[in-house]
Amino acid sequence: MTWVNVVIQGVLLGGLYALYATGLSLVFGVMRLVNLAHGDLSIMGAFACLVLVGILDVNPLLSLVLVLPMIFVVGYLLQRLMLNFTLKGDDMRPLLATFGLSVIIQNGLLVGFSADSRGLDAGWIENASLSLGGGLAVGWFPLLTLVVAILVIVLLNSFLTRTRLGRAFRATSDDQEAARLMGIDNRHIYALAMGIALGIVALAGVFMGIRTTFTPGIGPARLIFAFEAVIMGGLGSSWGPWRVASHWAWPRRWASSSRRAGESS
Amino acid sequence: MSLLELEGINTGYGDFQALFDVSLVVEEGETFGVLGANGAGKSTLLKTVAGLLRSPSGQVRFEGKPIEHLPAQKRVTLGISLVPEGRRVFPSLTVHENLQVGAHGRRRGPWDLDRVYDVFPLLVKLKSKQASYLSGGEQQALAIGRALMSNPRLLLIDEVSLGLAPVVIRDLYEALGEVTGSGMTVVLVEQDIRQIMEVADRVSCLLEGRVVLEGPPRELTRGQITAAYFGVR
Ligand SMILES: Nc1ncnc2c1ncn2[C@@H]1O[C@H](COP(=O)(O)OP(=O)(O)OP(=O)(O)O)[C@@H](O)[C@H]1O
Ligand SMILES: [Mg+2]
Repeated sequence: MTWVNVVIQGVLLGGLYALYATGLSLVFGVMRLVNLAHGDLSIMGAFACLVLVGILDVNPLLSLVLVLPMIFVVGYLLQRLMLNFTLKGDDMRPLLATFGLSVIIQNGLLVGFSADSRGLDAGWIENASLSLGGGLAVGWFPLLTLVVAILVIVLLNSFLTRTRLGRAFRATSDDQEAARLMGIDNRHIYALAMGIALGIVALAGVFMGIRTTFTPGIGPARLIFAFEAVIMGGLGSSWGPWRVASHWAWPRRWASSSRRAGESS
Repeated sequence: MSLLELEGINTGYGDFQALFDVSLVVEEGETFGVLGANGAGKSTLLKTVAGLLRSPSGQVRFEGKPIEHLPAQKRVTLGISLVPEGRRVFPSLTVHENLQVGAHGRRRGPWDLDRVYDVFPLLVKLKSKQASYLSGGEQQALAIGRALMSNPRLLLIDEVSLGLAPVVIRDLYEALGEVTGSGMTVVLVEQDIRQIMEVADRVSCLLEGRVVLEGPPRELTRGQITAAYFGVR
Protein backbone atom coordinates (compact mmCIF):
# COMPACT_ATOMS: atom_id res chain seq x y z
CA MET A 1 0.00 0.00 0.00
CA THR A 2 2.98 2.30 0.09
CA TRP A 3 2.38 3.53 -3.45
CA VAL A 4 -1.21 4.50 -2.69
CA ASN A 5 0.07 6.48 0.21
CA VAL A 6 2.68 8.14 -1.95
CA VAL A 7 0.05 9.10 -4.50
CA ILE A 8 -2.23 10.53 -1.84
CA GLN A 9 0.55 12.47 -0.17
CA GLY A 10 1.71 13.67 -3.57
CA VAL A 11 -1.69 15.09 -4.43
CA LEU A 12 -1.90 16.75 -1.02
CA LEU A 13 1.53 18.32 -1.30
CA GLY A 14 0.84 19.20 -4.94
CA GLY A 15 -1.73 21.71 -3.76
CA LEU A 16 0.96 23.77 -2.12
CA TYR A 17 3.21 23.79 -5.15
CA ALA A 18 0.20 24.67 -7.27
CA LEU A 19 -0.31 27.79 -5.15
CA TYR A 20 3.27 28.91 -5.78
CA ALA A 21 2.80 28.23 -9.44
CA THR A 22 -0.54 30.02 -9.63
CA GLY A 23 0.93 33.23 -8.30
CA LEU A 24 3.84 33.15 -10.71
CA SER A 25 1.59 32.21 -13.58
CA LEU A 26 -0.92 34.99 -12.88
CA VAL A 27 1.77 37.65 -12.92
CA PHE A 28 3.41 36.27 -16.03
CA GLY A 29 0.05 35.85 -17.74
CA VAL A 30 -1.16 39.37 -17.11
CA MET A 31 2.02 41.37 -17.62
CA ARG A 32 4.71 39.03 -18.99
CA LEU A 33 6.79 39.66 -15.91
CA VAL A 34 8.93 36.90 -14.47
CA ASN A 35 9.20 37.65 -10.81
CA LEU A 36 12.49 36.30 -9.47
CA ALA A 37 11.61 37.54 -5.98
CA HIS A 38 8.50 35.35 -5.94
CA GLY A 39 9.94 32.82 -3.48
CA ASP A 40 11.39 35.50 -1.21
CA LEU A 41 8.09 37.35 -1.08
CA SER A 42 6.43 34.12 0.01
CA ILE A 43 9.01 33.77 2.78
CA MET A 44 8.41 37.38 3.69
CA GLY A 45 4.76 36.42 4.11
CA ALA A 46 5.78 33.62 6.46
CA PHE A 47 7.92 36.03 8.53
CA ALA A 48 5.11 38.60 8.60
CA CYS A 49 2.94 35.84 9.99
CA LEU A 50 5.61 34.93 12.55
CA VAL A 51 5.78 38.52 13.78
CA LEU A 52 2.03 38.89 14.00
CA VAL A 53 1.68 35.61 15.85
CA GLY A 54 4.34 36.88 18.27
CA ILE A 55 2.52 40.14 18.88
CA LEU A 56 -1.08 38.96 18.92
CA ASP A 57 -0.50 35.45 20.23
CA VAL A 58 -2.93 33.86 17.81
CA ASN A 59 -2.89 30.79 15.62
CA PRO A 60 -0.93 31.47 12.40
CA LEU A 61 -3.92 30.34 10.38
CA LEU A 62 -6.02 33.04 12.03
CA SER A 63 -3.31 35.65 11.48
CA LEU A 64 -3.81 35.16 7.74
CA VAL A 65 -6.79 37.48 8.04
CA LEU A 66 -4.25 40.27 8.56
CA VAL A 67 -1.24 38.89 6.71
CA LEU A 68 -2.97 38.45 3.36
CA PRO A 69 -4.38 42.00 3.03
CA MET A 70 -1.01 43.37 4.17
CA ILE A 71 0.85 41.41 1.52
CA PHE A 72 -1.74 42.40 -1.06
CA VAL A 73 -1.01 46.06 -0.36
CA VAL A 74 2.75 45.42 -0.48
CA GLY A 75 2.31 43.72 -3.86
CA TYR A 76 0.11 46.51 -5.20
CA LEU A 77 2.56 49.22 -4.20
CA LEU A 78 5.59 47.25 -5.33
CA GLN A 79 4.12 46.98 -8.80
CA ARG A 80 2.72 50.48 -8.98
CA LEU A 81 5.77 52.30 -7.61
CA MET A 82 8.56 50.15 -8.97
CA LEU A 83 7.94 47.23 -11.30
CA ASN A 84 5.57 49.07 -13.66
CA PHE A 85 8.49 51.26 -14.62
CA THR A 86 10.56 48.26 -15.64
CA LEU A 87 7.98 46.96 -18.10
CA LYS A 88 8.84 49.43 -20.84
CA GLY A 89 11.84 48.50 -22.87
CA ASP A 90 13.62 45.19 -22.97
CA ASP A 91 12.86 42.01 -21.03
CA MET A 92 16.05 42.23 -18.98
CA ARG A 93 14.82 45.10 -16.83
CA PRO A 94 12.11 43.33 -14.82
CA LEU A 95 14.44 40.35 -14.38
CA LEU A 96 17.20 42.53 -12.99
CA ALA A 97 14.82 44.51 -10.81
CA THR A 98 13.20 41.44 -9.26
CA PHE A 99 16.57 39.77 -8.85
CA GLY A 100 17.73 42.82 -6.93
CA LEU A 101 14.56 42.75 -4.90
CA SER A 102 15.21 39.10 -4.07
CA VAL A 103 18.67 39.95 -2.73
CA ILE A 104 17.31 42.87 -0.71
CA ILE A 105 14.52 40.82 0.86
CA GLN A 106 16.83 37.94 1.76
CA ASN A 107 19.36 40.22 3.38
CA GLY A 108 16.72 42.34 5.05
CA LEU A 109 15.20 39.23 6.61
CA LEU A 110 18.65 38.00 7.59
CA VAL A 111 19.34 41.24 9.44
CA GLY A 112 15.95 41.23 11.12
CA PHE A 113 15.60 37.57 11.98
CA SER A 114 19.09 35.96 11.73
CA ALA A 115 19.73 32.80 9.75
CA ASP A 116 17.99 30.49 12.25
CA SER A 117 15.32 28.09 11.07
CA ARG A 118 11.85 29.18 12.08
CA GLY A 119 8.56 27.38 12.15
CA LEU A 120 4.96 28.36 12.65
CA ASP A 121 2.97 26.44 15.22
CA ALA A 122 -0.64 25.82 14.24
CA GLY A 123 -1.38 23.60 17.21
CA TRP A 124 -3.21 20.25 17.23
CA ILE A 125 -4.11 20.28 13.55
CA GLU A 126 -0.51 19.76 12.59
CA ASN A 127 -0.32 16.25 13.99
CA ALA A 128 -3.89 15.03 13.86
CA SER A 129 -4.69 12.59 11.10
CA LEU A 130 -7.65 10.89 9.59
CA SER A 131 -7.42 7.13 9.23
CA LEU A 132 -8.69 5.79 5.91
CA GLY A 133 -8.33 2.16 6.92
CA GLY A 134 -5.89 -0.38 5.46
CA GLY A 135 -2.98 1.38 7.09
CA LEU A 136 -3.68 4.56 5.18
CA ALA A 137 -3.93 7.88 6.91
CA VAL A 138 -4.02 11.47 5.81
CA GLY A 139 -3.13 14.35 8.03
CA TRP A 140 -5.77 16.97 8.68
CA PHE A 141 -3.34 19.71 7.88
CA PRO A 142 -2.29 18.41 4.45
CA LEU A 143 -5.98 17.91 3.76
CA LEU A 144 -6.72 21.49 4.78
CA THR A 145 -3.87 22.67 2.56
CA LEU A 146 -5.36 20.83 -0.36
CA VAL A 147 -8.84 22.21 0.23
CA VAL A 148 -7.52 25.75 0.56
CA ALA A 149 -5.44 25.38 -2.60
CA ILE A 150 -8.41 24.10 -4.59
CA LEU A 151 -10.55 26.89 -3.21
CA VAL A 152 -8.01 29.55 -4.17
CA ILE A 153 -7.70 28.24 -7.69
CA VAL A 154 -11.46 27.88 -8.16
CA LEU A 155 -12.04 31.38 -6.82
CA LEU A 156 -9.32 32.85 -8.98
CA ASN A 157 -10.74 31.10 -12.01
CA SER A 158 -14.22 32.37 -11.46
CA PHE A 159 -12.87 35.85 -10.74
CA LEU A 160 -11.08 35.78 -14.10
CA THR A 161 -14.00 34.42 -16.08
CA ARG A 162 -17.06 35.87 -14.37
CA THR A 163 -16.31 39.39 -13.18
CA ARG A 164 -15.83 42.70 -14.94
CA LEU A 165 -12.41 43.14 -13.37
CA GLY A 166 -11.42 39.57 -14.24
CA ARG A 167 -12.30 40.17 -17.87
CA ALA A 168 -10.17 43.31 -17.76
CA PHE A 169 -7.29 41.13 -16.49
CA ARG A 170 -7.66 38.77 -19.44
CA ALA A 171 -8.10 41.58 -21.95
CA THR A 172 -4.94 43.25 -20.65
CA SER A 173 -3.12 39.95 -20.89
CA ASP A 174 -4.22 39.56 -24.53
CA ASP A 175 -3.38 43.08 -25.68
CA GLN A 176 -2.57 45.83 -23.21
CA GLU A 177 -2.78 48.61 -25.77
CA ALA A 178 -6.22 47.53 -26.98
CA ALA A 179 -7.25 47.18 -23.33
CA ARG A 180 -6.31 50.80 -22.68
CA LEU A 181 -8.53 51.76 -25.59
CA MET A 182 -11.40 50.17 -23.64
CA GLY A 183 -10.73 52.46 -20.70
CA ILE A 184 -8.75 49.88 -18.73
CA ASP A 185 -5.86 51.34 -16.75
CA ASN A 186 -3.19 48.71 -17.33
CA ARG A 187 -0.95 50.02 -14.52
CA HIS A 188 -3.75 49.48 -12.02
CA ILE A 189 -4.50 46.01 -13.41
CA TYR A 190 -0.82 45.03 -13.16
CA ALA A 191 -0.69 46.21 -9.58
CA LEU A 192 -3.86 44.33 -8.65
CA ALA A 193 -2.48 41.18 -10.29
CA MET A 194 0.75 41.49 -8.31
CA GLY A 195 -1.20 42.06 -5.09
CA ILE A 196 -3.36 39.00 -5.66
CA ALA A 197 -0.39 36.87 -6.73
CA LEU A 198 1.60 37.80 -3.65
CA GLY A 199 -1.42 37.13 -1.45
CA ILE A 200 -1.55 33.64 -2.93
CA VAL A 201 2.17 32.94 -2.48
CA ALA A 202 2.16 34.36 1.01
CA LEU A 203 -0.63 31.93 1.78
CA ALA A 204 1.54 29.15 0.39
CA GLY A 205 4.49 30.49 2.39
CA VAL A 206 2.52 30.36 5.63
CA PHE A 207 1.21 26.85 4.98
CA MET A 208 4.73 25.76 4.11
CA GLY A 209 5.95 27.44 7.29
CA ILE A 210 3.51 25.42 9.35
CA ARG A 211 4.35 22.20 7.56
CA THR A 212 8.10 22.59 7.74
CA THR A 213 10.67 25.20 8.67
CA PHE A 214 11.93 28.25 6.82
CA THR A 215 14.94 30.55 6.80
CA PRO A 216 15.52 33.94 5.14
CA GLY A 217 17.54 32.24 2.39
CA ILE A 218 15.07 29.56 1.34
CA GLY A 219 13.05 31.75 -1.07
CA PRO A 220 14.90 30.84 -4.28
CA ALA A 221 14.27 27.14 -3.63
CA ARG A 222 10.54 27.91 -3.43
CA LEU A 223 10.79 29.84 -6.66
CA ILE A 224 12.15 26.73 -8.33
CA PHE A 225 9.03 24.71 -7.35
CA ALA A 226 6.91 27.36 -8.93
CA PHE A 227 8.97 27.46 -12.09
CA GLU A 228 8.92 23.73 -12.58
CA ALA A 229 5.21 23.45 -12.09
CA VAL A 230 4.44 26.49 -14.18
CA ILE A 231 6.63 25.60 -17.10
CA MET A 232 5.58 21.99 -17.32
CA GLY A 233 1.94 22.78 -16.70
CA GLY A 234 1.72 25.63 -19.16
CA LEU A 235 1.95 29.29 -18.31
CA GLY A 236 -1.32 31.08 -17.88
CA SER A 237 -3.28 27.92 -17.20
CA SER A 238 -4.33 27.53 -13.60
CA TRP A 239 -5.03 23.80 -13.45
CA GLY A 240 -2.00 22.76 -15.52
CA PRO A 241 0.51 23.68 -12.83
CA TRP A 242 -1.58 21.79 -10.31
CA ARG A 243 -1.53 18.60 -12.35
CA VAL A 244 2.19 18.80 -12.81
CA ALA A 245 2.81 19.87 -9.25
CA SER A 246 1.17 16.77 -7.88
CA HIS A 247 2.90 14.45 -10.35
CA TRP A 248 6.11 16.10 -9.50
CA ALA A 249 5.53 15.82 -5.80
CA TRP A 250 5.17 12.05 -6.00
CA PRO A 251 8.82 11.16 -6.54
CA ARG A 252 9.72 13.55 -3.77
CA ARG A 253 7.29 11.86 -1.42
CA TRP A 254 8.55 8.50 -2.59
CA ALA A 255 12.11 9.46 -1.84
CA SER A 256 11.31 10.82 1.55
CA SER A 257 9.03 7.97 2.55
CA SER A 258 11.57 5.33 1.59
CA ARG A 259 14.29 7.14 3.40
CA ARG A 260 11.92 7.58 6.30
CA ALA A 261 13.49 10.94 6.58
CA GLY A 262 11.63 14.03 7.63
CA GLU A 263 9.94 16.41 5.24
CA SER A 264 12.42 17.11 2.48
CA SER A 265 10.92 20.32 1.27
CA MET B 1 -17.29 74.94 -30.63
CA SER B 2 -16.03 71.98 -32.65
CA LEU B 3 -15.95 68.49 -31.17
CA LEU B 4 -12.32 67.82 -32.01
CA GLU B 5 -9.57 70.28 -32.83
CA LEU B 6 -5.97 69.45 -33.61
CA GLU B 7 -3.45 72.22 -33.76
CA GLY B 8 0.19 71.91 -34.81
CA ILE B 9 0.58 68.18 -34.14
CA ASN B 10 4.05 66.69 -34.64
CA THR B 11 3.80 63.10 -33.44
CA GLY B 12 6.71 60.77 -34.05
CA TYR B 13 8.35 57.55 -32.95
CA GLY B 14 11.60 58.27 -31.16
CA ASP B 15 13.76 60.27 -33.55
CA PHE B 16 11.42 59.64 -36.43
CA GLN B 17 8.79 62.31 -37.01
CA ALA B 18 5.63 60.97 -38.66
CA LEU B 19 3.33 64.04 -38.58
CA PHE B 20 4.33 67.60 -39.41
CA ASP B 21 2.32 70.50 -38.05
CA VAL B 22 -1.02 68.80 -38.62
CA SER B 23 -4.10 70.86 -37.80
CA LEU B 24 -7.69 69.89 -38.40
CA VAL B 25 -11.17 70.33 -37.03
CA VAL B 26 -13.97 67.80 -36.78
CA GLU B 27 -17.50 69.08 -36.21
CA GLU B 28 -20.10 67.37 -34.07
CA GLY B 29 -22.19 64.90 -36.07
CA GLU B 30 -20.10 64.78 -39.21
CA THR B 31 -18.30 61.88 -40.83
CA PHE B 32 -14.75 62.95 -41.45
CA GLY B 33 -12.53 60.98 -43.83
CA VAL B 34 -8.76 60.77 -43.70
CA LEU B 35 -7.05 59.62 -46.88
CA GLY B 36 -3.47 58.87 -47.69
CA ALA B 37 -1.05 56.32 -49.09
CA ASN B 38 0.75 53.72 -46.98
CA GLY B 39 2.91 55.37 -44.38
CA ALA B 40 1.28 58.79 -44.80
CA GLY B 41 0.60 58.98 -41.07
CA LYS B 42 -3.12 58.18 -40.87
CA SER B 43 -2.83 55.66 -38.06
CA THR B 44 -0.40 57.91 -36.23
CA LEU B 45 -2.99 60.68 -36.40
CA LEU B 46 -5.76 58.53 -34.94
CA LYS B 47 -3.48 57.20 -32.19
CA THR B 48 -2.59 60.75 -31.25
CA VAL B 49 -6.28 61.58 -30.86
CA ALA B 50 -6.96 58.37 -28.91
CA GLY B 51 -4.00 58.99 -26.61
CA LEU B 52 -1.77 56.05 -27.50
CA LEU B 53 0.80 58.50 -28.85
CA ARG B 54 1.68 62.02 -27.78
CA SER B 55 2.69 64.96 -29.85
CA PRO B 56 5.66 66.83 -28.35
CA SER B 57 4.01 70.11 -29.27
CA GLY B 58 0.67 71.51 -30.33
CA GLN B 59 -2.77 70.89 -28.89
CA VAL B 60 -5.53 68.31 -29.02
CA ARG B 61 -8.86 69.74 -27.88
CA PHE B 62 -12.01 67.73 -27.31
CA GLU B 63 -15.24 69.65 -26.68
CA GLY B 64 -13.00 72.68 -26.43
CA LYS B 65 -10.84 71.32 -23.60
CA PRO B 66 -7.18 70.37 -24.04
CA ILE B 67 -6.70 66.63 -23.58
CA GLU B 68 -3.13 66.02 -24.66
CA HIS B 69 -2.05 65.25 -21.09
CA LEU B 70 -4.65 62.47 -20.69
CA PRO B 71 -3.74 58.81 -21.25
CA ALA B 72 -5.82 56.69 -23.64
CA GLN B 73 -7.83 55.05 -20.86
CA LYS B 74 -9.00 58.46 -19.59
CA ARG B 75 -9.94 59.70 -23.04
CA VAL B 76 -12.32 56.76 -23.40
CA THR B 77 -14.31 58.00 -20.45
CA LEU B 78 -14.57 61.41 -22.13
CA GLY B 79 -16.08 59.70 -25.15
CA ILE B 80 -13.24 59.04 -27.59
CA SER B 81 -13.07 55.50 -28.91
CA LEU B 82 -10.66 54.02 -31.45
CA VAL B 83 -11.18 50.94 -33.61
CA PRO B 84 -7.49 50.19 -34.13
CA GLU B 85 -5.86 49.14 -37.36
CA GLY B 86 -5.93 45.36 -37.66
CA ARG B 87 -9.03 45.06 -35.38
CA ARG B 88 -7.11 43.98 -32.28
CA VAL B 89 -10.00 42.05 -30.77
CA PHE B 90 -9.08 40.16 -27.59
CA PRO B 91 -8.32 36.73 -29.04
CA SER B 92 -8.80 34.61 -25.92
CA LEU B 93 -12.11 36.24 -24.99
CA THR B 94 -15.45 35.29 -26.48
CA VAL B 95 -17.36 37.68 -28.73
CA HIS B 96 -19.71 38.50 -25.88
CA GLU B 97 -16.84 39.11 -23.46
CA ASN B 98 -15.12 41.36 -25.99
CA LEU B 99 -18.25 43.49 -26.08
CA GLN B 100 -18.50 43.49 -22.30
CA VAL B 101 -14.90 44.67 -22.03
CA GLY B 102 -15.81 47.48 -24.44
CA ALA B 103 -18.14 48.80 -21.75
CA HIS B 104 -15.43 48.72 -19.08
CA GLY B 105 -15.46 52.50 -18.64
CA ARG B 106 -19.19 52.42 -17.76
CA ARG B 107 -19.95 55.50 -19.82
CA ARG B 108 -23.65 56.07 -20.15
CA GLY B 109 -25.37 56.39 -23.48
CA PRO B 110 -27.60 54.71 -26.02
CA TRP B 111 -25.24 51.83 -26.84
CA ASP B 112 -25.50 48.54 -25.02
CA LEU B 113 -25.22 44.83 -25.86
CA ASP B 114 -28.70 44.64 -27.38
CA ARG B 115 -28.17 47.62 -29.65
CA VAL B 116 -24.79 46.37 -30.86
CA TYR B 117 -26.21 42.92 -31.62
CA ASP B 118 -29.01 44.74 -33.43
CA VAL B 119 -26.65 46.66 -35.69
CA PHE B 120 -24.35 43.67 -36.21
CA PRO B 121 -26.74 40.68 -36.28
CA LEU B 122 -23.96 38.38 -37.50
CA LEU B 123 -22.42 38.62 -34.03
CA VAL B 124 -25.44 37.08 -32.33
CA LYS B 125 -24.78 33.52 -33.34
CA LEU B 126 -21.06 33.98 -32.60
CA LYS B 127 -21.68 35.19 -29.05
CA SER B 128 -19.87 32.42 -27.24
CA LYS B 129 -17.21 31.83 -29.88
CA GLN B 130 -13.63 32.75 -29.05
CA ALA B 131 -12.68 35.89 -30.98
CA SER B 132 -9.51 34.35 -32.41
CA TYR B 133 -11.65 32.00 -34.49
CA LEU B 134 -13.61 34.75 -36.23
CA SER B 135 -13.13 35.65 -39.87
CA GLY B 136 -11.67 39.04 -40.74
CA GLY B 137 -15.06 40.56 -41.45
CA GLU B 138 -16.53 39.20 -38.24
CA GLN B 139 -13.57 40.53 -36.29
CA GLN B 140 -14.03 43.96 -37.83
CA ALA B 141 -17.72 43.96 -36.89
CA LEU B 142 -16.75 42.92 -33.38
CA ALA B 143 -14.07 45.61 -33.14
CA ILE B 144 -16.55 48.30 -34.15
CA GLY B 145 -19.23 46.91 -31.85
CA ARG B 146 -16.76 46.79 -28.98
CA ALA B 147 -15.81 50.43 -29.55
CA LEU B 148 -19.49 51.42 -29.60
CA MET B 149 -19.99 49.74 -26.21
CA SER B 150 -18.04 52.61 -24.66
CA ASN B 151 -20.73 55.02 -25.88
CA PRO B 152 -18.33 57.35 -27.66
CA ARG B 153 -19.10 60.83 -28.84
CA LEU B 154 -16.24 60.51 -31.29
CA LEU B 155 -15.61 57.20 -33.00
CA LEU B 156 -12.26 56.79 -34.76
CA ILE B 157 -12.02 53.91 -37.21
CA ASP B 158 -8.74 52.84 -38.79
CA GLU B 159 -9.25 51.05 -42.12
CA VAL B 160 -12.57 49.26 -42.02
CA SER B 161 -11.89 47.56 -45.34
CA LEU B 162 -8.40 46.25 -44.63
CA GLY B 163 -8.08 42.84 -46.24
CA LEU B 164 -11.81 42.25 -46.60
CA ALA B 165 -13.94 41.10 -49.54
CA PRO B 166 -16.13 43.74 -51.25
CA VAL B 167 -19.43 42.22 -50.06
CA VAL B 168 -18.18 42.18 -46.48
CA ILE B 169 -17.04 45.80 -46.79
CA ARG B 170 -20.46 46.74 -48.16
CA ASP B 171 -22.20 45.12 -45.18
CA LEU B 172 -19.91 46.82 -42.70
CA TYR B 173 -20.48 50.22 -44.29
CA GLU B 174 -24.20 49.58 -44.21
CA ALA B 175 -23.98 48.97 -40.47
CA LEU B 176 -21.79 52.05 -40.11
CA GLY B 177 -24.52 54.00 -41.86
CA GLU B 178 -26.78 53.20 -38.91
CA VAL B 179 -24.11 54.46 -36.54
CA THR B 180 -23.49 57.75 -38.33
CA GLY B 181 -27.23 58.09 -38.90
CA SER B 182 -27.71 58.11 -35.14
CA GLY B 183 -25.71 61.35 -35.01
CA MET B 184 -22.38 59.90 -33.95
CA THR B 185 -19.29 61.80 -35.03
CA VAL B 186 -16.97 59.48 -36.92
CA VAL B 187 -13.44 59.86 -38.21
CA LEU B 188 -12.77 57.25 -40.86
CA VAL B 189 -9.33 56.34 -42.14
CA GLU B 190 -9.44 54.52 -45.43
CA GLN B 191 -7.16 53.74 -48.35
CA ASP B 192 -10.11 53.02 -50.61
CA ILE B 193 -10.79 56.48 -52.03
CA ARG B 194 -14.11 55.66 -53.67
CA GLN B 195 -15.60 54.26 -50.49
CA ILE B 196 -14.70 57.23 -48.38
CA MET B 197 -15.83 59.80 -50.95
CA GLU B 198 -19.27 58.24 -50.72
CA VAL B 199 -19.70 58.34 -46.97
CA ALA B 200 -17.66 61.30 -45.74
CA ASP B 201 -19.00 64.81 -45.27
CA ARG B 202 -15.48 66.14 -45.43
CA VAL B 203 -12.12 64.57 -46.16
CA SER B 204 -8.55 65.43 -45.45
CA CYS B 205 -5.65 63.96 -47.37
CA LEU B 206 -2.30 63.25 -45.75
CA LEU B 207 0.92 63.07 -47.70
CA GLU B 208 4.11 62.13 -45.88
CA GLY B 209 2.79 63.43 -42.59
CA ARG B 210 1.31 66.70 -43.87
CA VAL B 211 -2.25 67.73 -44.64
CA VAL B 212 -2.15 68.58 -48.34
CA LEU B 213 -5.84 68.75 -49.22
CA GLU B 214 -9.07 69.25 -47.33
CA GLY B 215 -12.70 69.76 -48.20
CA PRO B 216 -16.09 68.18 -48.91
CA PRO B 217 -15.75 65.32 -51.44
CA ARG B 218 -18.01 66.91 -54.05
CA GLU B 219 -15.85 70.04 -54.17
CA LEU B 220 -12.66 68.10 -54.84
CA THR B 221 -11.67 67.03 -58.33
CA ARG B 222 -10.24 63.66 -59.19
CA GLY B 223 -7.00 65.29 -60.28
CA GLN B 224 -6.62 67.12 -56.97
CA ILE B 225 -7.13 63.92 -55.02
CA THR B 226 -4.73 61.88 -57.11
CA ALA B 227 -2.14 64.60 -56.72
CA ALA B 228 -2.62 64.73 -52.96
CA TYR B 229 -2.60 60.96 -52.63
CA PHE B 230 0.47 60.20 -54.67
CA GLY B 231 2.29 63.46 -54.33
CA VAL B 232 2.38 64.12 -58.06
CA ARG B 233 1.83 67.58 -59.43
N1 LIG C 1 5.98 51.91 -34.14
C1 LIG C 1 6.61 52.64 -35.09
N2 LIG C 1 7.92 52.92 -34.94
C2 LIG C 1 8.59 53.66 -35.87
N3 LIG C 1 8.01 54.19 -36.94
C3 LIG C 1 6.70 53.96 -37.15
C4 LIG C 1 5.94 53.19 -36.22
N4 LIG C 1 4.66 53.11 -36.67
C5 LIG C 1 4.65 53.83 -37.81
N5 LIG C 1 5.86 54.34 -38.10
C6 LIG C 1 6.20 55.18 -39.25
O1 LIG C 1 5.39 56.34 -39.22
C7 LIG C 1 4.95 56.68 -40.51
C8 LIG C 1 3.44 56.78 -40.52
O2 LIG C 1 2.90 55.52 -40.20
P1 LIG C 1 1.35 55.24 -40.07
O3 LIG C 1 1.18 53.87 -39.53
O4 LIG C 1 0.73 56.35 -39.34
O5 LIG C 1 0.91 55.27 -41.61
P2 LIG C 1 -0.49 54.96 -42.22
O6 LIG C 1 -0.88 56.16 -43.02
O7 LIG C 1 -1.44 54.49 -41.20
O8 LIG C 1 -0.12 53.77 -43.21
P3 LIG C 1 -0.99 52.49 -43.64
O9 LIG C 1 -1.95 52.95 -44.65
O10 LIG C 1 0.02 51.57 -44.22
O11 LIG C 1 -1.63 51.96 -42.40
C9 LIG C 1 5.49 55.61 -41.44
O12 LIG C 1 6.61 56.13 -42.10
C10 LIG C 1 5.88 54.48 -40.54
O13 LIG C 1 7.00 53.82 -41.04
MG1 LIG D 1 -2.40 52.79 -40.83
